[in-house]
Amino acid sequence: MAAVTADQTTQKTLGTVDTGRTADAEADRVAAFDATVAADERIEPRDWMPDAYRATLIRQMAQHAHSEIIGMQPEANWITRAPSLRRKAILMAKVQDEAGHGMYLYSAAETLGTSRDELLDKLHAGRQRYSSIFNYPTLTWADVGAIGWLVDGAAITNQVPLCRCSYGPYARAMVRICKEESFHQRQGYELLLALSRGTAAQHAMAQDAVNRWWWPSLMMFGPPDDASSHSEQSMAWKIKRHSNDELRRRFVDICVPQAEALGLELPDPDIRWNEELGRHEFGAIDWSEFQEVLKGNGPCNEQRITQRRRAHEEGAWVREAAAAYAAKHALKPSPSAPPAAAPASSPASASASDQSSARTAASARHVEETA
Amino acid sequence: MNAALALGDDALVLSHRLGEWAGHAPVLEEEVALANIALDLLGQARVLLSLAGDEDELAYLREERAFRNLQLVEQPNGDFAHTIVRQLYFSVYQHLLYERLAAGDGAFAPLAAKAVKEVAYHRDHAEQWVLRLGDGTEESHGRTQAGLDALWRFTGEMFQPVEGLDGPGSGVDREELRTTWLTAVTETVERATLNLPTGPQSGGWAAGAGRQGLHTEPFGRMIAEMQHLHRSHPGASW
Repeated sequence: MAAVTADQTTQKTLGTVDTGRTADAEADRVAAFDATVAADERIEPRDWMPDAYRATLIRQMAQHAHSEIIGMQPEANWITRAPSLRRKAILMAKVQDEAGHGMYLYSAAETLGTSRDELLDKLHAGRQRYSSIFNYPTLTWADVGAIGWLVDGAAITNQVPLCRCSYGPYARAMVRICKEESFHQRQGYELLLALSRGTAAQHAMAQDAVNRWWWPSLMMFGPPDDASSHSEQSMAWKIKRHSNDELRRRFVDICVPQAEALGLELPDPDIRWNEELGRHEFGAIDWSEFQEVLKGNGPCNEQRITQRRRAHEEGAWVREAAAAYAAKHALKPSPSAPPAAAPASSPASASASDQSSARTAASARHVEETA
Repeated sequence: MNAALALGDDALVLSHRLGEWAGHAPVLEEEVALANIALDLLGQARVLLSLAGDEDELAYLREERAFRNLQLVEQPNGDFAHTIVRQLYFSVYQHLLYERLAAGDGAFAPLAAKAVKEVAYHRDHAEQWVLRLGDGTEESHGRTQAGLDALWRFTGEMFQPVEGLDGPGSGVDREELRTTWLTAVTETVERATLNLPTGPQSGGWAAGAGRQGLHTEPFGRMIAEMQHLHRSHPGASW
């Protein structure tokens, strides 16, 4: 999968220092990078890459990781009120998976030379973003289903092409994440279907949730192509494979028949099939709302970031304790002592993520089996 | 029936409390771990309550006075140390109990044999954290000692016999269980440079006994939240 092996990379890097022919070497590096991208092969952490490519990836992967972590809040809001034990188990497993996804993505971002702590600090300081969708409130139980169907559905539409992203660690994280997300999306759909076919009150609850989540879900694909600042470069680097508008159209085409099958209406009177274009037309998105949410003026921006900061600040003494314990016991290992590297103090290593992923997948299966 | 409710309610109520941590944990790994433990317990509760009747009817339509869980598991989360001490006291007990039930030939032996593996993991998680917090910083030491002291009074209830669970063939002898639990918990607490409280483990200070449906004040509020949506739509399926 790697474009070049680690040995070749090292040779290439050292070689340039030895020769001193800086300009030529620089040109060689750029050529190697461009050739790897052009051949649809993967850039790996030890490969040379343009600074702007690195910066773009860190920004995008951090935002993606932050979205998983902030995205736990609107759903966790309903864990203690889930109306059946089966639904409660499914929801708990989902929120747990999101924490796991955040961990994979922070690990993947760390391969670019940043750290989870640094990225979290930037999130808490408001210097990095998370997905605008999580600034909307979950007001009824049906919102949990609407998030699964629409929000996870939009995320999957966005993320499946990322499985072929030019940066290897990101692409591989996305393969694992997309599998679990698809599972959540089906469960969200099934939750809405149960409500839609339930009592009149349940049906109304489902319709109300779809009405509130539809437009914000379409906004998840980002601004229209003519206003998207990062798109062109990201597509040239093969970080992105499709434009915002293209993915948004694909999503609408997927959702229209699903809404029919659910027996729910999409809150857009302008949706109609265009035979000539072979796709659905749909109404205009309120981009002023999107801009307001991005600026921090959405319904829950303040609440979400405050809760995240509070969890981090109130947990500081726990992380300090784990670090202090690890430091003491690293000096005097005893056979019965726990591993010196306490989870709280060690950066997410690949193996830690693997373990959490295994348990996460196991818990998802557990829920499915007992469902 | 009574025994299935006792064991099932313990798991259901503790799972609910751990679910309250989602999105609030001190570190991502603990988001995963606490949710994982909550899910294991919820899985156990569903099996146990199904032995006694319909799991959702039992969870959502019983009044406070009909719940049979220990008062220990209904205690509010408090800070992370408080939660971890609750986990230590309960998971060591649950692990020892399930080991004994699994080895016996009572009705719960097959279930306990399955659950004991999960509970061993919960116990390990709690013990590792008690060591880190107790032997960590001055602050974490103080908070953990406060948790041990505050929750101690709820531990005696674990060693009262449960009708239909204890007795010949069950493998459970409550006095033996208490001694073994005390030894195990003492060892962890002392290694963590903390002190196990010495006062009474239960008594006149308590509102009552969870096994008899007498609970502490926070419990009513907890189940009001848990049951509200289900009760608002009588007869609906979800």
